[in-house]
Amino acid sequence: MFACIYVPNFPVAAVLRAEPELQERAVGTLEGRPPLEKIIAVNEKAGRMGIAPGMTKAQAELCADLALRPRSGLQESAAHAALLDCAQSFSPCVEDAACDTALMDLAGMQSLLGPLPEIARAISDRAAALGLAANVAVASNPDAALLAARGLCGAGLCDASLCGAGAPARVGVAVIPPGEEAERLGPLPVEVLFADRLEGEEKKSADRLLETLDRWGVRNLRALAALPEVALSERLGQEGLRLQRLARGAEARTLVPLGEPMVFEEAIELEHPITLLEPLAFLLNRLLEQLCARLATRALATQELQLTLELENYSPFHQPSTIKNQQFLRTLRLPLPMLDARTFLKLLQLDLSAHPPGAPIVRIHLAAAPARMRSAQGGLFLPPSPEPEKLELTLARIAGLVGENKVGALELLDTHHPEGFCMQRFVPEVRQKSVREKDSAPSASSQAEEKSAVTALRRFRPPLRANVTLENGQPVHLVCQKKDVQGSVLWKAGPWRFSGDWWEHEAWSRDEWDVALQSAESLALYRLVHDLLGGGWFVEGTYD
Amino acid sequence: MSSAVVSTSAALGRPFVFEDESEAEVESLASASRASLDRTAEGGCPHMGFPMARLVQSTIKNQPSKIPPASVTPASRLEIRPAPEMVSSGIAAIDALAGGLPRGCVTEICGPASSGRTTLLLAALAAATRRGEFCVLVDSCDALDPQSAAAAGLELDRLLWVRCGESTSQKKSPLLAPRTREKWGTRTAANQSEHCLEQVLRATDLLLESGGFGMIVLDLGDLPPQAARRIPLTTWFRFRRAIERTPTVLLAIEQQPIAGSCSSLLLRLGVLSTQYAVRSSNETFVEQAAGAECEATQELRPAHAQLLTGLRIQAELIHSRLERKPMRSVIFAARTAWAG
Repeated sequence: MFACIYVPNFPVAAVLRAEPELQERAVGTLEGRPPLEKIIAVNEKAGRMGIAPGMTKAQAELCADLALRPRSGLQESAAHAALLDCAQSFSPCVEDAACDTALMDLAGMQSLLGPLPEIARAISDRAAALGLAANVAVASNPDAALLAARGLCGAGLCDASLCGAGAPARVGVAVIPPGEEAERLGPLPVEVLFADRLEGEEKKSADRLLETLDRWGVRNLRALAALPEVALSERLGQEGLRLQRLARGAEARTLVPLGEPMVFEEAIELEHPITLLEPLAFLLNRLLEQLCARLATRALATQELQLTLELENYSPFHQPSTIKNQQFLRTLRLPLPMLDARTFLKLLQLDLSAHPPGAPIVRIHLAAAPARMRSAQGGLFLPPSPEPEKLELTLARIAGLVGENKVGALELLDTHHPEGFCMQRFVPEVRQKSVREKDSAPSASSQAEEKSAVTALRRFRPPLRANVTLENGQPVHLVCQKKDVQGSVLWKAGPWRFSGDWWEHEAWSRDEWDVALQSAESLALYRLVHDLLGGGWFVEGTYD
Repeated sequence: MSSAVVSTSAALGRPFVFEDESEAEVESLASASRASLDRTAEGGCPHMGFPMARLVQSTIKNQPSKIPPASVTPASRLEIRPAPEMVSSGIAAIDALAGGLPRGCVTEICGPASSGRTTLLLAALAAATRRGEFCVLVDSCDALDPQSAAAAGLELDRLLWVRCGESTSQKKSPLLAPRTREKWGTRTAANQSEHCLEQVLRATDLLLESGGFGMIVLDLGDLPPQAARRIPLTTWFRFRRAIERTPTVLLAIEQQPIAGSCSSLLLRLGVLSTQYAVRSSNETFVEQAAGAECEATQELRPAHAQLLTGLRIQAELIHSRLERKPMRSVIFAARTAWAG
């Protein structure tokens, strides 16, 4: 069995998906150069008001309640991707039949997802969740399913029991049992056979065929199916026979499976530029929810979000490095795959408030790099760990507070440099220890327990500049900008010489001393450093 | 011994609403209270003359039927807070002294510079990360030395380090890039302390809200005591409340105690002496200990013949909510990483 998902009035459906608040209104889509714009698609409400494709914008604007939107290639491609996501969330074998149509093979699905009517209803519900009002038809061959989906409800094909209570009137679900294709497809008008041939020579030949059939008095598929085959082939050739087989629901073919790489992108083009972050957040929320719904249909998450904002009137003199060709790029890299639109929105808001675009925004493009969902088995006896989504928000907020490079995990570098470390992203992931580590872990931990505590150095960042009095090349008195760290040296050890990176620009060479000074309450130990290249003395830290 | 807790309004028999017929009674009780207060002011015994306590006692004795049953909760049925779980501090002597560090409580460790606070801090963090917990260090003055942390056995990928203070661009170390030195920022010390403190408190609030950490350490060790004391007590109450019933240990390192009654455990550290090794004539190291008073004798030895090998630290248990015992102390040794 095969299923077909068809989105009627696709340009309008793409607009409604991007702007759900227009669902209750009459909407038309315009195409063409001003002032010669024409309506190319309307929703059902607009149709009831007398608006039809082909009308000019001036004619349509006479209707006050009509919302007119320009046709958007970005919105349509996003809606098309969502349609394919919906189909691929049910079946691995999906054919991209047209921009508004997806065919899928349901072989073997019944044991997994239940009877065919339930599958068809589930497909329709999922398409609605992705913001698309789609017709779904199930038949024994792909072309019968396609014709049924395109002519659904208009010719009474729709199974009322299968349509959702809140579904729009033109949206429906139909299941055609094997052997009943000709009977069920019979009432459909012959125009459904040419619905996907809209351009160029194919459109002309389709118009000629339709005209011929109209002259013969053939108005629906039942009449076409009843024509004698020999006579039809004599007049219309092989194309006529193919159309008749389609009308009888007897055309058999295999699907051409979709093999494109998965791309998850959503975009919005704005009529008026946005200058504030708050309205931008509303639009981002909508895009993120659509992206997350699409990722969820494929049981995927994302680890990288790329936000591209197209700017208007940017000044090339104050162009930051993130602005290229009037585009402002921000990339949000996550430590773990996540799928939470609210978390993403908050992270983007924090990021944009820290790095504002600096010019009005005319277009928003959001892309998500798909990743496998993380699977973690929590253990009863494992210590608790922070929830990744919550922690990521917390880290973003703290980074806004203290600075981006000042929060994270430590990583020691392979160097003798005193500040030989770098900050890494903190990932609260329970590390899977290797067998070797597991074997060595108990002994190492027990050794660490047995060992006495290690005296720690407490660094002054930056080191405190000091005036040191020397005697025989050894420090005997110390005066520092910090009042606590000064006085006569009671005890000293050193010097210990260190140097490195002499082959690079930032070479360093120093003598280190451990000195004891008399503090207010007791003895205090400091690390005193003589910078051999710069020639100054510094108190680098205290042993604490 | 059994006791009972009675709310005053319940003792009157009308928890919050006085009816018309009881107004006279209330008036008489109020006048009795005023008279009692007057007696107390005149010099009577303050306990015996406390009007509300007497009122409650007399109501319980004379009119038990007026007390709604739900208003009286026997002490035996009151919720008893279980003793917190104690975890190892990483130093056996401290564990022996205080029983470890309590989960879900605030622990304060105070002491002057070079008193061993950071040593204890790193030992506690190392013990926590060895248990598999994730920890946070909110570093008010960006004072953590990564090499010391690694030497203490801390699993660095389990530690979240929040470095408060000025941004890196504002404080470039003169030792790191001699040829690209910059002048220090013009922020005054007082302003800097306030800035750091604000960052510490806001970061801690966020981390406590996030949850899931085994240990959160507030390192206020380099902040002047005057600045640290500006943290309102309500903030400490909030912190204590946030970690209650969680397995989080909140550890505060400071120069003087500042959390007041919010801390469940207060330890004071101080260094007793410095341990050092002297190279003797037969090329072996001899360990010695130097206090502040005996340093004059060391002047004759060359500095390069001496090596700092550790500290002897005294830890004093000042206050513990968990056990009512007199103040006591313990001494432990901390060795330098290069002493072996």
